[in-house]
Amino acid sequence: MVSCFTIHHSQLTTMITTGTDIKPQIAKQSFDVTAIRNEFPVLERKVKGKDLVYFDNAATAQKPKVVIDALVDYYHQYNANIHRGIHSLAEEATAAFEATRDTAREFINARYREEIIFTRGVTEGINLVAATWGRQNIKENDEIIISGMEHHSNIVPWQMLCLEKKAKLKIISVDENGELVMGAFEKLISPKTKIVSIVHASNSLGTINPVKEIIEIAHQHNVVVLVDGAQSAVHLDIDVQDMDCDFFVLSSHKIYGPTGVGVLYGKRELLEVMPPYMGGGEMIREVTFDHTTYNELPYKFEAGTPNIADTVAFKAALDFVNEVGKDNIRAHEEILTKYAMDQLSKIDGVRLIGTAKHKTSVVSFIVEGVHPQDLGIILDNYGIAVRTGHHCCQPLMNRFEIPGTVRASFAMYNTKDEVDELVKGVEKAIKMLK
Amino acid sequence: MVELIGCREHTNLFKILINVSLRRAASEMEITQTIQETEEEIVDEFSLFDNWEDKYEYIIDLGKKLQPLEARFKVDENKIKGCQSQVWLIADEVDGRIFFKADSDAVIVRGLVSMLIRVLSGHTPDEILNAKLDFINKIGMTTHLAQTRSNGLLSMVKQMKNYALAYKAKAQL
Repeated sequence: MVSCFTIHHSQLTTMITTGTDIKPQIAKQSFDVTAIRNEFPVLERKVKGKDLVYFDNAATAQKPKVVIDALVDYYHQYNANIHRGIHSLAEEATAAFEATRDTAREFINARYREEIIFTRGVTEGINLVAATWGRQNIKENDEIIISGMEHHSNIVPWQMLCLEKKAKLKIISVDENGELVMGAFEKLISPKTKIVSIVHASNSLGTINPVKEIIEIAHQHNVVVLVDGAQSAVHLDIDVQDMDCDFFVLSSHKIYGPTGVGVLYGKRELLEVMPPYMGGGEMIREVTFDHTTYNELPYKFEAGTPNIADTVAFKAALDFVNEVGKDNIRAHEEILTKYAMDQLSKIDGVRLIGTAKHKTSVVSFIVEGVHPQDLGIILDNYGIAVRTGHHCCQPLMNRFEIPGTVRASFAMYNTKDEVDELVKGVEKAIKMLK
Repeated sequence: MVELIGCREHTNLFKILINVSLRRAASEMEITQTIQETEEEIVDEFSLFDNWEDKYEYIIDLGKKLQPLEARFKVDENKIKGCQSQVWLIADEVDGRIFFKADSDAVIVRGLVSMLIRVLSGHTPDEILNAKLDFINKIGMTTHLAQTRSNGLLSMVKQMKNYALAYKAKAQL
């Protein structure tokens, strides 16, 4: 098991030079959560003297050894700046960096590798689109549509753009179950609508939105669609061609990869006509004091030395997920989610927030008469890491008229026993707090 | 006659002085302790607990007992920024000493703030500004001092010291 997951640099360069794919070696075999857990060193640690129960995966996932090893290996063996040096280290670093682009392309099934732009994460991806495509295409009185369940990262960049361009932000409302009111969506579209920026899976509720349907409707009105895949990319099979989105953004750290790396996918024809985001090295073709011509895609949008090490290690994370198999992971997480929702809702005073039919492995809840923060503090003392608060979704919390929720979000390494610990913890916390 | 009047005046003045000194005595009774001594007292109390549950139950109990702040004070300008829960803090100065009142919608925060009030309230601006507040470490509540968005204890301490600084500046005008 361990050896299957370990992809060394030597192997990596062979793969790059020979161009062969790594075939999933353990994939589609039975899902062994104990073996999976062994791949994540952090899970061995104790918190406040208790075994760590890590249920804050929607914030960031833990990293498997292969990812940590890839980081260390990069700095031990071939740290160099990429795309410039002609020496061996620079060539190896460039090959590894670009190999991640290929894997990321496959991961979301983009048509071309130059449609994969590396960013720091989803936030930067959305800001990039708002600042480039947005500034180029949004004019006074134009309309931008988002939904009532967006993360602040998919609200604020558009608000800033609207402020600058005197454009309007329109909101698709959310119903009591935490689902989009789809009937209202098409009515929001007008000839002034230029872009719909929509979350694929809600970080605070887990709701999976019907993005394909949204894109289809939007495209009938010649409206561009950006899909925020921060929460979806790790759980769902992403096929940007099938989805037909114009932009898709994801973050590495939520897919078991390092922090500080993300991908902005954009359709090539859109990316080509968009102005650059930042000026600097790498993104240029020729610079004189009179004029600069820009580099081709994807480098036009990758000014400066990128986050090489983390980008290189991101490939290890994607390979790891592919090896375990997204369908295996999903099946496991679905069991945990259903079990947690069943068990938690049995507790007196617990109210689940977000009961959409299709959801990722997120369970958000509140307890009558108990502040989420108090519950979170007590759970932490039992070694259970959950997220409490508004989850950067203040408008959504206002919609449910709550200050925030307690959110448990599950990953491939979580177990039913851990859910039992959570349920016990919540019961004890309620007793203490009420 | 003149003497009598003088005597009466003297008596009245005396009564006023008694009242004032009574008030002083009363307030001094509450604050005969230094900040350091109150901190030590709290550390002693916490040393009785041998597990975290008892500790938190005590803090929760303090939170429940803290006198709620009147609704008119629960306004934005009294809110402490940087807390996941809502925390309101007000201060008043009486005879060169600062008195605090606070409230929160989260009970553990109420408990923590009630300890801060017990330690700092009734002291002079200088005493408050110089307070080290080591007791927070000693009772194992350091995590609540962490500069994260979810915990506002640090913001509360800062705000209390800001009040002390403001009253000190006002006194020097």
